[in-house]
Amino acid sequence: MLTVQGVHLWRGDRHVLRGVSFDGAPGKCVLLTGKNGAGKTTLIRAIAGLLDPEEGQVSWRGAPARSRRDEFHLELAYLGHEPPLKGDLSALENLKYSVGIRRTVTSAEIQAALARTGASSFSDRPTRMLSAGQKRRVALAGVLLADAVLWLLDEPTTNLDADGQQLVRDLISEQLGRGGIVVAAVHHSLSLPAEQIHALELGA
Amino acid sequence: MKATALVAARLVAMRDLRLAFRKPSQIIQPLMFFMIVATLFPLTLTPEMSRLRDAAPGVLWIGALLSSLLALEFLFRDDAVDGTLEQFALSGQSLTWMLFAKTCTHWLLTGLPLALSAPIAAAALGVSAEAMPGVVASLALGSFAMSLVGAIGAGLTLGARRGGVLLSLLTLPLAVPILIFGARATQLAITGGDIAPPMYLLGAIAVLGVTLAPLAAAAAVRIGLE
Repeated sequence: MLTVQGVHLWRGDRHVLRGVSFDGAPGKCVLLTGKNGAGKTTLIRAIAGLLDPEEGQVSWRGAPARSRRDEFHLELAYLGHEPPLKGDLSALENLKYSVGIRRTVTSAEIQAALARTGASSFSDRPTRMLSAGQKRRVALAGVLLADAVLWLLDEPTTNLDADGQQLVRDLISEQLGRGGIVVAAVHHSLSLPAEQIHALELGA
Repeated sequence: MKATALVAARLVAMRDLRLAFRKPSQIIQPLMFFMIVATLFPLTLTPEMSRLRDAAPGVLWIGALLSSLLALEFLFRDDAVDGTLEQFALSGQSLTWMLFAKTCTHWLLTGLPLALSAPIAAAALGVSAEAMPGVVASLALGSFAMSLVGAIGAGLTLGARRGGVLLSLLTLPLAVPILIFGARATQLAITGGDIAPPMYLLGAIAVLGVTLAPLAAAAAVRIGLE
């Protein structure tokens, strides 16, 4: 469904991505590994359409993703380094607005997603008062609520405790079980079943 | 079910309003700046009311222009820093509508309060009570046009490190027509003339801004996110 074909990308005068190609099939998790600066974040942003590759193409359901940008984005959930939360709003308010602009969402759904990611107990506090790990749990609830086929996760386990890292593995497993696709940049292996993983080392 | 573009725009506006009321300093700062500039002028110019009245349109409009430039810096900056704009760009919704909603909310929070508080500053400059509706109307319409024009500049300077200076440089030339027609409307209001002709021209700029600025701002923001 997701095809990345010969993507080349420069950042300034650095040739970061040198012809990256892979296929993402339903039920598969593409794990991007590599040193700092190998281009994991750059590749994820290029797949999302936030960066325009100098060469190569990202295709979704057989068509170039750029040509049907809005349809592609509706099926995509992206979680970058920083959880996209407003510090002065609570987790509930943050998700009400950020998910609400994509699809109609009820507060019961938001509560359920926050419960799933273990963020219920602090969901009514302004997010600036939360720890980095707690914020990430809220952001993960946002990914769940996006109801997306393709998840693009940039180091999803950062700042999470052991329970939180297990949670990320479980969420990814469930997403793959639903026939979803996950592309994740990671530093540590996610210990998923080998048949579900397509490992891709960048900058090698 | 996918949210419609209007629902998305309404949510963006509601979120910005709620955020502004939680952290009012960003609204109060430009307003304070305007009030200080406009009320200090009488102290430095002359105590003669007739001469102050002559200078009033210029003082009010330059104060309003500089204050709106100050406020424009905040239009997209916070959302760019915390990743909200990226989420907007990846939401599958029209970025144009969402940025239009943001720009209108920005005007509601900065331009409109400025126009509504202008009578206090204008009174200090010896403007009579009868002229106030015209002063308020011209500043309200002019600041709306400024917010729209400024949204393009704010979008273009997202990626720049010293965005503030660049934003002023980019926006000022586009703001000059607004300044000229706006100051003319205010002057006519003060002298008791017909303010309709310059108001129509300000309105035309605002209509042009409504139709073109959100499109240009959306394109600029997408480039700025790279």
